[in-house]
Amino acid sequence: MSLFHRHRGFTPYLLLLPGIAFLALFFVVPLGFLGYQSLESGNIDFGFAFTWAWSNYWHAIHDYRAQFIRSLEYAGIATALALVLSYPVAYWIAFRGGRWKNLLLLFIVAPFFVTYLIRTLAWETILSDNGFVVNTLQTLHILGPSGRLLATSTAVVAGITYNFLPFMALPLYVSLEQIDGRLIEAAEDLYASKLHAFLRVTLPLSLPGIVAGTLLTFIPAAGDFINAQLLGSTNNHMIGNVIQSKFLESNEYPEAAAMSFILMAGILVAVFLYARLVGTEQLTGTAA
Amino acid sequence: MSTVAVPARRERRGVVSAVWAFVKRHVLTVYSILFFAYLLLPIAVVVVFSFNNPPGKFNYTWNQFTWDNWRYWDGVPGIRSSIVLSLQIALLASVVATALGTAIALALVRYRFRGRASTNILIFLPLSAPEIVLGASLLTLFLHLSFVTFGFTTILIAHIMFCISFAVVTVKARLVGFDRHLEEAAMDLGANEWTTFTKVTLPLIAPAILAALLLCFAISIDDFVVTYFNSGSSVTFPLFVWGAARIGAPPQVNVIGTAIFVIALTAMLINVLIQMRRSKGAT
Repeated sequence: MSLFHRHRGFTPYLLLLPGIAFLALFFVVPLGFLGYQSLESGNIDFGFAFTWAWSNYWHAIHDYRAQFIRSLEYAGIATALALVLSYPVAYWIAFRGGRWKNLLLLFIVAPFFVTYLIRTLAWETILSDNGFVVNTLQTLHILGPSGRLLATSTAVVAGITYNFLPFMALPLYVSLEQIDGRLIEAAEDLYASKLHAFLRVTLPLSLPGIVAGTLLTFIPAAGDFINAQLLGSTNNHMIGNVIQSKFLESNEYPEAAAMSFILMAGILVAVFLYARLVGTEQLTGTAA
Repeated sequence: MSTVAVPARRERRGVVSAVWAFVKRHVLTVYSILFFAYLLLPIAVVVVFSFNNPPGKFNYTWNQFTWDNWRYWDGVPGIRSSIVLSLQIALLASVVATALGTAIALALVRYRFRGRASTNILIFLPLSAPEIVLGASLLTLFLHLSFVTFGFTTILIAHIMFCISFAVVTVKARLVGFDRHLEEAAMDLGANEWTTFTKVTLPLIAPAILAALLLCFAISIDDFVVTYFNSGSSVTFPLFVWGAARIGAPPQVNVIGTAIFVIALTAMLINVLIQMRRSKGAT
C-alpha cells in the first residue's frame, strides 16, 4: 500500500498524462474534426467552409439508404452465422479440450496470423469461377452452369463471417470455460434431459460471452469494406465502400464525414436495441 | 396404473438421453474438426499458392510447382520497401504504445483518483469504434492542419493511437492479479521506490509487457483500413497487397503472407507448449 506513498495525489496523473494526452489529441479531437467537417460545404477545388450544412446528412441518408441498410444487414447475418458456427466449437474446447485447450485455441486464432487482405484474397481464389467450390456446386446442379459465387452477396457475407470468426469464438470460449461443471451436473440430476440442462443452465451462463462476441463481431463488420470490395460487385457495396471512395477518390469530404457519423449512430442504435433485447430475455429467463 | 407408467417413462427417457449423449459426444467432435478445416482452408490456399507458377497475371488456378517465388521474394517492384516500412512502423508503434499503455495500466490499477472512470471509458472507446471511423476522423484532423504531410509520421501516429488501448488492456489484466506484498517486502528490506519498481515490479510484469509489445506489433503490421486513410503516397505491406490485388496479386504476396504466418505461429506455439508443460508439471 505504501508504494509511491509520498506522491499519492500526483503520481497517477503523471503516469496517465502522456498516453491520455496522445489519445485526446489523436482520437477525441479528430472525432470533433469529423463532426466539424460533416457540416462543411464546398468542394476540393474551391475549398470547404463551415456552414452548418445539415443537408450533408439528409443527402447521405437519401442517396445511400441501400448501402446503409445493406451494411447492417450483412453485418447482422454474418454475426448470427458466426455465433451459430462457433458456439459448438467453443463448447467443445471448453468442456472436452482437456489439456489441449490452449493448442485448440491457437487454431481458432490462426487466421489472424495471416494478413487480413491476404486471407480475403485466398477466399477470392477459393470461390473463383474455375475453383473447385464452384465446379462442385455446378456438378451437383446447386449452381447453374453460368452460376458464380464471386460478386454475390453470399460471398461477401461468407467473407465477413470468416474474417471476424475469432472475435466471436474467443469470448464464447472464455464464458463457457468459466462455467462450473458441477452446476450442469446438478441441473442434469434435477431436470428432465441434457438438452434442458443446456437450455436452462449452460446457455444462460454463457450469455456474457454471446453478448461480447456479438458486439465484437457486429461493430467491425458493419464498417467493413474490404470483403465487399474483393468478393462482391458494386451491387454488394456497403457503406464503408462509399465512405472510403468519397474520402480518398472523389474527395467529397463533408458528405463522407456525415456518413461516418451516421454509421456510428446506426451501430449505436443497433447495439442499444440488442442490449434491450438481451436484457429483457435475461429477465424473463430468470423469472421463468 | 402409475406404477406401470413410471418405469416406462424412465426407460424412454434413458434411451433418449443415451442417444443424445452419443450424438453430443461424436457429432460435436466431428463438427469441430470440420470447423477447424474451414478455418485453416484459406491459410492452406495461401501457403500452397506461394509455390505456384501462375499461368497468367492472376494467381487463381494451380499451374506448376516452383521455388522461384520464395527465391525471388522481392522480385516485384515496391514489395521490399513496403515490408521495410511496415516493419519500421510496427516496431516504433508497438514500443511507444506499450510504454504509454503500461503507464496508464499502472495508474488505473494502483491508484484511486478523480477521472478514473472516464479514463476507463476513453481506453475502451477506440476498441469499440469501427476502424473506418478511426481512420476517417484522423484524416479530417490532418486535412485541417495545413503543415501536415501524409506519410511515415501520420501512419505512425495512427498506429500508436489504436495500439494504446490494446496495450493497456493486456498489461492491466496482469497487474490485477499482482501480489503487492512482494513490493512491500522489498521496501521493508530497505529498497527505495525506484529500486523497488525496477527490481521487483518491472520483472514481474515483464511477461505482460512483452505480450503487449507482440500484440501491438501484430495489429500494426496487419492494419489496412486506418493506414489506408492516412498514408498519403507511402505504401505499407497491406497497402501493397491492396494495390496489387486490383491488377492480380503476384505469388510473392503469398510468400510474405506465409512467412508472417509461420513466424507468428511459431512464436505462439512455443508459448503454448511452455504453458502446457507447466500445467502438466503442476498436476
